[in-house]
Amino acid sequence: MKQNDRYGLELAGNNMKTRFWILISVLAAILAAGPGTRPALAQFDYIDISNPFLRKVPMAVPVFKSFSGSAREKVMAVKLARMLAGNLEFTSYFTILDRGSYLYDPDRSGITAPDINFGNWTVIGAEMLITGGLKLDGDLLELELRLFDTFKQKLIAGKRYRGPVKGRDGMIRRFCSEVIFALTGKRGFFDSRLAFVSNGTGHKEIYVCRFDGKDVRRMTTYKSITMLPDWSADGRHLAYVSYRNGRPQIFIHRLANGRVRSMTKPGIQITPAWRPGRAELAATLSLSGDQEIYLLTAAGKTIKRLTNSRGIDVDPTWSPDGKKVAFVSKRSGTPQIYIKDIATGRVARLTYHGRYNTQPSWSPNGDLIAYSSMEQGQINIYVSDIEGNNPVRLTSDQGDNEAPTWSPDGSLIAFSSTRRGKSRIFVMTRYGTDQRQLIVLDGEQSDPSWSPNTMQ
Amino acid sequence: MRKRMWISVALLLIVPGLILTVSCAKKAAESEPAAVEAEPAPAPEPEATQPEQPAEQEQPDQSAIEAEQLKAQQEERAREAARNLFINEDIYFAFDSAALSDVAQQVLRSKAEWLRQNPDVTVTIEGHCDERGTAEYNLALGERRAQSAKAFLVNLGIDPARLNTISYGEERPVDPRHNEEAWAKNRRVHFTID
Repeated sequence: MKQNDRYGLELAGNNMKTRFWILISVLAAILAAGPGTRPALAQFDYIDISNPFLRKVPMAVPVFKSFSGSAREKVMAVKLARMLAGNLEFTSYFTILDRGSYLYDPDRSGITAPDINFGNWTVIGAEMLITGGLKLDGDLLELELRLFDTFKQKLIAGKRYRGPVKGRDGMIRRFCSEVIFALTGKRGFFDSRLAFVSNGTGHKEIYVCRFDGKDVRRMTTYKSITMLPDWSADGRHLAYVSYRNGRPQIFIHRLANGRVRSMTKPGIQITPAWRPGRAELAATLSLSGDQEIYLLTAAGKTIKRLTNSRGIDVDPTWSPDGKKVAFVSKRSGTPQIYIKDIATGRVARLTYHGRYNTQPSWSPNGDLIAYSSMEQGQINIYVSDIEGNNPVRLTSDQGDNEAPTWSPDGSLIAFSSTRRGKSRIFVMTRYGTDQRQLIVLDGEQSDPSWSPNTMQ
Repeated sequence: MRKRMWISVALLLIVPGLILTVSCAKKAAESEPAAVEAEPAPAPEPEATQPEQPAEQEQPDQSAIEAEQLKAQQEERAREAARNLFINEDIYFAFDSAALSDVAQQVLRSKAEWLRQNPDVTVTIEGHCDERGTAEYNLALGERRAQSAKAFLVNLGIDPARLNTISYGEERPVDPRHNEEAWAKNRRVHFTID
């Protein structure tokens, strides 16, 4: 990256421009390498895309360096290093090595390649190292972050951020995205959120939290039954179902101002699913008593009917290109998952094993569908390719595991589980590894829905 | 909807209670709701009124009036009992099914009869599911159960405009336990009077 300064850093302001500069620098890197090579991809062999969670990459994240040495800076240096390590550990790609093992003093050591004794890191097993340095000037924070390959003694990614202190979490998230992009070619999920349902108040209401389950906020106070949230592609709207007017209706909730609109259709209105890239939804309505899936505008106007079979048709999920929709139908006698091509109208059955396959969720990469399957009275999560071949069970023998939803990079799946008694939101890798509880909250939680990477 | 049931149960006690003594009925409604639910047609003691009749107003046709009153009260009680049965008698379904069993059809025939005798009443038919299965699908299944019951009543000549339907999916179990007995109770269609 030729325009970087001698410390290998790109300067990034804490504003919209940053994304532009990231794009430019990536393009520059590709151009600099010349045609015929794929330099951006060449780096990705750090993490094995085919099975990235089998062997976690050992990584060291020492406490950041405080440039002035002030007490306030030192407190923040510890806090931000911990936050960064936590975010990266959450991906399940890395093992963050215990700080006690580090042969490193942030006050005395440098944070740039010439000043780093890489041997001190390889000897404790660290293959990756992230160093940071920060300077606080009143309300202004300047933060430098670098990712190194300790064996090659090479800088992989470096950034300098400058902006108001209150933007510090955003700076950390942004660098985490850089790290994951440098290692996997994807932007990760650090700017995403989850919507879910909790009944802690005695009523099912919609809540939103950060990707890591922190910063939980209640979005509705309807004191009714409110459920099945789904994010619009721009992350600005939630669609959900609520009984607040007495019957199940779909509501569109604008997050910025809390404005809510309901759809005026007879019968039940359930399972809304925003179409990627458009202000349209698929949802199940029963206009004449028979449930069918319709394509609707955000204002609730019918564009067209997507299914036409007597019996239950419910629970649509879109392919990431918005051209196909997977859904649940009882047309063959038991609930099974089908895929409809919107343009050709052709319908193919996806699931054949078992007698109860529901809750399809199409992966953001388009190649997989997660769903839940009930066998012997227990519900578990499966992942299958979109031809329905090789369904793989990801959960087993631990209560009911339901409602899978993909992280925006397709690396993780959040779901609800009753493995500890009450229903809780859990997360795991798309291979079923690293299953852990995501949200700690009173009451029971269900219906997780992972947003696109749209948090500001 | 549960609240509504309590209200109707409370009304059931208060209305005849008002004929007798107000304070007595209130007490019963507040103190023993569980017992009332178990026995849907409680019969208040009508005899309690008789000794309280003022003696000075006694007239020759007093016994005829009393008989008439008693008959009216009995009719009222029968009406209440029938209404009560209409509200409290649910119909039940097999797992993942909205098909009406013989028993369910029998119950629906008696509901149709009550609807014919009470032509001004409109009702809501609630479809419910057990907790097994998934929430989205159960919302749809609950609606199909309500629709099955509605279609059966319409076939028996009940005006569809008097029959609203709603699905609560698995959201409102009557029995919160996690076993076969509870599931069987929760896979139901329940009627409420609008």
